[in-house]
Amino acid sequence: MCLAVPGELLEVIGDGPLTREGRVAFAGVMRRVNLAYVPEASPGDYVLVHAGFAIAVIDEAEAHRTLALLDEIGPETGR
Amino acid sequence: MKHLDEYRDPAAARRYADGIAAIVTRPWTIMEICGGQTHSIVRHGIDHMLPEGVTLLHGPGCPVCVTPPGMIDAAIAIASRPDVIFCSFGDMLRVPGNDRSLLAAKARGADVRMVYSPLDAVQIAQDNPGREVVFFAIGFETTAPATAMTVLQAESRGVANFSLLVSHVLVPPAMDALLGDPANGVQGFLAAGHVCTITGYRDYEPIARRYSIPIVVTGFEPLDLLQGLYMVIRQLEEGRCEVENQYNRSVRPDGNPAAREAMERVFAVQGQDWRGMGRIEASGLGLSERYVTFDALRRFPMIVPGPERASDCISGEILRGVRKPCDCPAFARGCTPGHPLGATMVSSEGACAAYYRYRRTALEPTA
Ligand code: SF4
Repeated sequence: MCLAVPGELLEVIGDGPLTREGRVAFAGVMRRVNLAYVPEASPGDYVLVHAGFAIAVIDEAEAHRTLALLDEIGPETGR
Repeated sequence: MKHLDEYRDPAAARRYADGIAAIVTRPWTIMEICGGQTHSIVRHGIDHMLPEGVTLLHGPGCPVCVTPPGMIDAAIAIASRPDVIFCSFGDMLRVPGNDRSLLAAKARGADVRMVYSPLDAVQIAQDNPGREVVFFAIGFETTAPATAMTVLQAESRGVANFSLLVSHVLVPPAMDALLGDPANGVQGFLAAGHVCTITGYRDYEPIARRYSIPIVVTGFEPLDLLQGLYMVIRQLEEGRCEVENQYNRSVRPDGNPAAREAMERVFAVQGQDWRGMGRIEASGLGLSERYVTFDALRRFPMIVPGPERASDCISGEILRGVRKPCDCPAFARGCTPGHPLGATMVSSEGACAAYYRYRRTALEPTA
């Protein structure tokens, strides 16, 4: 129910504060997504989408840091 | 898919599980709040990758499961009116009220339609000016901003034949209620990453302090969950009880300000009944004074949600983390997804359904 899926914002359509929309590509599927809650989003960004709404722009630097942390633990404890 | 696949690597997951095993010195009981996380944990067998003594309890974070049966009865009564088109998320259709589900009402002729986004319901209202269109607004803080925007759009587009049956729930008050129950043995929490994407995590700080319990905001993929568990266990082992954020690629401390503002404009916090858990103060959202004209229960005042009827199903205890699905005598015998006796079996995110789907052969706790 609280599932939200990352997708790539390809294009922004419309510019009303309530009705700003974008075309978002998910694995193999394209959807129109409401962008009212991510005014900062621009094409090329990855957005997290729930129930037809983008609820966050995914922070690439933080994503990198998380993956780096994931890597760190391995060597330290590896068998 | 980018931002998904890199968090599903089995070799990395194994390494992380070893990392957890290396820091554990005592048994710990940790609860994941969110049904989406429960589903992912059971599906990927993450609980089985943890060292012995680390127990995961599944929390009440499945909005479909906790929607009170009386509210579903009211939904069916509204949907059964010939002048109504009733719109709902698909997950909700099969969940039984006290008597039957929306799907059963549809089979008897009610015009019940499944929507992907609540905005679709506003469009249906615009396309059918002669009918009343009602949207069943359920969900946690993740979903509430979508409902809020739907109300704002209906208002700005002047769609008068649209209303909402609102049964939104809030996570922090439910966590508070769980921790206040002496029967509950939760020592650490994974907080729900998508809820916190909207709300941020400041509201969890008083809870961490009051109950001296570590809370880690966590994502939904296997590596997210393992990293979140690692962070909780490290805090437990070091005797810390802080709010930490594993899911910081999506979650900022203050969440999503635009979404929170819309929620605060459209909704007011109110007491709410939770299926199996009873009433929890200040744990739900109703329409604020300014938007009550969109309240379906005002539009159809003859329909009043009734109480939950008692049954043998122990899903209330499962939602509170006191028992597990395999503790229920009906599990996989009298109660299956095809013939569910309780909400935690009917929703795919419910703990009973997740265990049925992935654990049917393992009714005994696996060593
Ligand atoms: S197995 Fe069925 S009857 Fe038992 S707790 Fe789960 S939903 Fe209820």
